[in-house]
Amino acid sequence: MPRHELILLKNMMQPGYGGSLTEYERAGGYQALRATLGKIPPADVTAAVRKSGLRGRGGAGFPTGVKWGFLPKDYQGPRYLCCNADESEPGTFKDRQLMERDPHQILEGIVLASYAIGAETAYIYIRGELVLAAKILERAIGEARTAGYIGKNILGTGVNVDVWVHRGAGAYICGEETALLESLEGKRGLPRVKPPFPATHGLYGKPTVVNNVETLANLPHIMNRGAEWFASIGSPPKSTGTRVFCVSGHVKRPGNYEVPMGVTVRELVYDYAGGMRSDKPIKAFIPGGASAPFLTPAHLDVKLDFESVAAAGSMLGSGGVTVMEEGTSMVWAALRLMEFFYHESCGKCSPCREGSSWLVQIMRRIVAKRGRMEDLETLSDLCKNIAGRTVCAFGDAEVAPIQGTLKYWRDEYVALIREAEAANLIMPEPAGAKQ
Amino acid sequence: MSLSEKYKDDIADILSRYPVKRSALIPLLYLAQQQDGYVTERAMIEIAGILDLTPPQVYETITFYTMFNLKPVGKFHIQVCKSLMCALVGSDTVVGWIKTKLGIGPGETTADGLFTLSLVECLASCGTGPMMQINEDYYERLTEEKLDRILADLKSTGSSQLKSGPFMWPEPIRT
Repeated sequence: MPRHELILLKNMMQPGYGGSLTEYERAGGYQALRATLGKIPPADVTAAVRKSGLRGRGGAGFPTGVKWGFLPKDYQGPRYLCCNADESEPGTFKDRQLMERDPHQILEGIVLASYAIGAETAYIYIRGELVLAAKILERAIGEARTAGYIGKNILGTGVNVDVWVHRGAGAYICGEETALLESLEGKRGLPRVKPPFPATHGLYGKPTVVNNVETLANLPHIMNRGAEWFASIGSPPKSTGTRVFCVSGHVKRPGNYEVPMGVTVRELVYDYAGGMRSDKPIKAFIPGGASAPFLTPAHLDVKLDFESVAAAGSMLGSGGVTVMEEGTSMVWAALRLMEFFYHESCGKCSPCREGSSWLVQIMRRIVAKRGRMEDLETLSDLCKNIAGRTVCAFGDAEVAPIQGTLKYWRDEYVALIREAEAANLIMPEPAGAKQ
Repeated sequence: MSLSEKYKDDIADILSRYPVKRSALIPLLYLAQQQDGYVTERAMIEIAGILDLTPPQVYETITFYTMFNLKPVGKFHIQVCKSLMCALVGSDTVVGWIKTKLGIGPGETTADGLFTLSLVECLASCGTGPMMQINEDYYERLTEEKLDRILADLKSTGSSQLKSGPFMWPEPIRT
């Protein structure tokens, strides 16, 4: 089925590949590390990554090499690399597979990134629920340390990089990079006000880079095969490389598919994921995790790259593509996601903390056929007053499901409210009253 | 037994990983939960002592994170994902089955103290839903028959072969 070369999933797709150090080395693993450490100056590694066009795979899509370039050049104290393995965005399950099936690919990327930014300590912040992935990473770190790929004086080059696994404990917001740092410092995971950015004031106030698992996993391949090679894949110049898309929902073969950036949703669903479960037409899809606004069948030929999805009014985000068939209630779907955001709001900023509660209450009553027509106006107003008014991007994310569904499926909201009106089942209390 | 006695080496190892002691807070809370099944007030006070924190600093942190239990839970903590992606493929039905089979709803524990049911948000398993986590293990692509076998296995032997191994989905097509 794949008509293109796999990069990140290549090893694990070999029958019997177990992800041990020997298997990884046999597949060419740690060659990039051998060829880079002590041989290519760190600044040139950063330059290569910048030239490759690699952008963050966690959600925001920030250019990785540029992010590294923000670290102060002359700073003498410690610097840190954090691998963001807090995969929690609903619809996303790629990092889990990368960690559990080919952990050394990530470790090699971590050492390369640490070398480039001058960090001697790297922490893998992994979501607490992924116990198996944490164990597999711990075991892989042990193997790599014994083989001299991690630790002091790596392969005699004088480069030191220590890697530690740090488990989170169940908080979506800790995937936000400054909340991740707070959590790693042993505090409540509340996002920090920026600036200053982690590049100058990160973990323990030191220069820090936070990169996603999939981002780091790309690094060995970029160093092995060159920035030009990577930059030629996908949808250049701005969306280079492959993406591991996580397809979920009403498709026949859900799962992770690594494809060059720029394939369309139609191709992803029908050529890779086997088409729709009960052969009903697609009603809606989310292109990039729960934080990305819903799109419609009219967008099926939108290219899955950063720019095209943004131009269509959504975002490529974390690569979680959720597909819904005809017959799915979009108001119900928006409520389900809204409940997620309500549960996960960290509580730091009032618009998000209070707003998510109001939004959930209004959505619940509309779905329960007890809504009022003016609720629609209130929903829109609330959304406008949350987005852009919070410390982190969570505020923008939490309004995405409602704004998206109100835009394309307003008639479904209206129909539910009409039913309430017809049955005279309208709740009397104003929006925002405590349940 | 205190944590410092029981997990002396583990604690030393954890502390050696961080330049600032407080970073060891979540790892130490996991040790406490491993020992008692939940984090006791005594453990919080002891951990505060180890990390030079005040007990309220430990408490304010622990209450932020959903994975720490502040009161005892059943021997098997069933956590069913209720987020949209699992809901699209039937997680509400799974909750219904559990209710019928074990007689417990969300937040409840069976009378024999074996099972506690919780509904949780996305567990990064959206392509293999509906799914649940029981203690440390994932169980995916649930059907009623599979659920029956898992519950029976847990009751009789305390573990089930149906738990997920290293994750990959879809599996490669063998040609």
